[in-house]
Amino acid sequence: MARIRLENLSKKFVNHTAVEDLDLDIADGEFFVLLGPTGAGKTTTLRMIAGLEKPTIGRIYINENDVNEWGPAERDVALVLQQYSLYPRLSVRDNLKFPLQSRVRNLSAQEIDKRIEYASQTLRIGHLLDRKTDRLSGGEMQRVSIGRAIVREPQVFLMDEPLSALDAKLRESLRSELKNLQRRLGATFIFVTHDQVEAMTMGDRIGILNKGRLVQVGTPSHVYKNPRDTFVASFVGSPAINLLAGQASGGKAVMTPQSFELPLGNAPVAGDGAYTFGIRPEDVRVEAGAPVEAKVHDIENHGIEKILTLRAGSILVRAGVPARVQVKVEDPIRFGWDPSKVIVFDRDTGANLGAGN
Amino acid sequence: MAEIELRHVDKHFGLVHVIRDVNLTVKDKEFVVFLGPSGCGKTTTLRAIAGLEEIDSGDILLDGKPIQGLRAADRDIAFVFQNYALYPHFTVYENLAFPLRAVRTAKDEIDRTVQSVGKSLGISHLLRARPSALSGGDMQRVAIGRALVRRPKALLLDEPIGSLDAKLRETMRLELKRLHLENGSTSIYVTHDQVEAMSLADRIVVMNEGVLQQVGTPTEVYLHPANLFVAQFIGSPVMNISETMVTEAGGKAQIALDRETFELPAELLGMLQQKNASRELSLGVRPEGVLVSREARPDYRPVEAHLIQPFGGFDIVDLKVGEQTLRARTTAGYIAKPGERVFARIDPAQAHFFDTKSGASLDIRLGD
Repeated sequence: MARIRLENLSKKFVNHTAVEDLDLDIADGEFFVLLGPTGAGKTTTLRMIAGLEKPTIGRIYINENDVNEWGPAERDVALVLQQYSLYPRLSVRDNLKFPLQSRVRNLSAQEIDKRIEYASQTLRIGHLLDRKTDRLSGGEMQRVSIGRAIVREPQVFLMDEPLSALDAKLRESLRSELKNLQRRLGATFIFVTHDQVEAMTMGDRIGILNKGRLVQVGTPSHVYKNPRDTFVASFVGSPAINLLAGQASGGKAVMTPQSFELPLGNAPVAGDGAYTFGIRPEDVRVEAGAPVEAKVHDIENHGIEKILTLRAGSILVRAGVPARVQVKVEDPIRFGWDPSKVIVFDRDTGANLGAGN
Repeated sequence: MAEIELRHVDKHFGLVHVIRDVNLTVKDKEFVVFLGPSGCGKTTTLRAIAGLEEIDSGDILLDGKPIQGLRAADRDIAFVFQNYALYPHFTVYENLAFPLRAVRTAKDEIDRTVQSVGKSLGISHLLRARPSALSGGDMQRVAIGRALVRRPKALLLDEPIGSLDAKLRETMRLELKRLHLENGSTSIYVTHDQVEAMSLADRIVVMNEGVLQQVGTPTEVYLHPANLFVAQFIGSPVMNISETMVTEAGGKAQIALDRETFELPAELLGMLQQKNASRELSLGVRPEGVLVSREARPDYRPVEAHLIQPFGGFDIVDLKVGEQTLRARTTAGYIAKPGERVFARIDPAQAHFFDTKSGASLDIRLGD
């Protein structure tokens, strides 16, 4: 059982601020993902929760206990890193056993065996127990690292990009494995990544960090549909949302440099003026008779669909089309958009001007 | 002109047979991607073409002339590494100029080329900077630029964007492709990421354990994978594969998944017989080929939604069929929460059939 609360947390290093004024409440049993680009402060936040960094200002509570003065061991959290920190000369079994043999824990041999059995079953590494860790593949090593966390039965699992060093295919399978694991254990997971697919597919909620600040917290679908600003909008979702600079004028969006215009419907513009219009590729309509004329600038085949980059004047717009659509680069093509899916952002601040967020 | 051909290329590292009798022709101006898991031999093959590795036997031909005996520097092939390999003490301009200076190009010619390559890569404003001041993306742009200044016959790229952020990789993919369109040099690109391969390639070469598994356009390898390996390597999330048995009931073909049976058109039975194939086979179906309905419908079987992975524009849902899992693609939010009972069907037009033992595709395509 572990609820984690961060209050007003800041971390300043000599000449830069890694994390600033962070407030966050993570529920017991939640799979919480901290998402952001390199240097956003995700890892620093995780290390502060683990007790490996001391906050400059602010407090960390685990189950309402102020743990600021507690050492890492007292916090009962397990950290899994991108680089598997395994003992190369030891077998998988001994690697799993190692964290349990500490005198502080005082566990019986029987209890230790039981935990190793459970962890290896959960992670499907039972057949590897007697193998030396230098004989394992990357995916197997990462499973063993997670196993080393599981056997400790910690209150909280902290994971710092544990899948980043793995092959794309392996990442995909470990994503659902980790999510299933968290469900089964019912433990609190805080998972750090720069990969929005990992965040979307695993997180109960996502916290998006940029330049040390928490920009938005929400469920994956909320964040996808109602991004707080242009940063979140373009960080979440692949292929990325189209962000088009333009003017609202008489119920239409007129793009700058002036090349095409599209209806705004009920999009939340506060009068005519300059805005940034956001539209996701799946909400761009490519069809004969659509209002805007363009050229095919690029075609990406994604198997089930194609992502076209369309060029209208000097503006590039990405659109998702079914795989059967046959086009060539530089073909003429027409497109429009679904006005109800347009997200309107303040041109200067980038803030989402839509209601409800 | 630059056509690259591999004939019976073979290579061992000690006891490990890393390239096994590889035959391949990369056409002039073509963009070919070598795709496979780590250790499949793709990078070794690329390095052999570049002259960075020797081969045991076979021929590597550039425009019909064997080049396997030539030194790397004499092959007129440029190589881009994942870890940039820039000179840290040189400016971007000097890094780009270096390969030209090495062959004693005239000063104004160097300047013209550096400026033009810098412009086409969008790094003109960085020419005076040193590599340490650049972002990862810009460093890789410079590395690619340095490969291009000598107008090589062919460009070889070894996971050039593998170490970049996911977001930046998307941008770089588009840039790389436009660049290839503009300068047209024959390119071979190595990656383990099937999204990159699908998005970039004119043709994909899928490799595993040193053996070519399939060579084809992205559409071909996606729609008609030659074997189980390709079927599972191409496409994300991975294709559902189930070892199963085709039976006959009421004039229709049926396949069993756990204790549930799914119906397929009767023509499947005839096709199996015609090909003299066993009815014990492996069924493959991509998540989009698993059709899901919240209401009961004819030919749909009851299943339970398990894990739901939202991707934004769509969801990937693991459906429990007894002890087996069938992964389906639905519109975003179609199934509200795990545990819901829904109904599923396998779209015959999207079903693949493989010989379980050899893994080879039975090349059976059903109508809807």
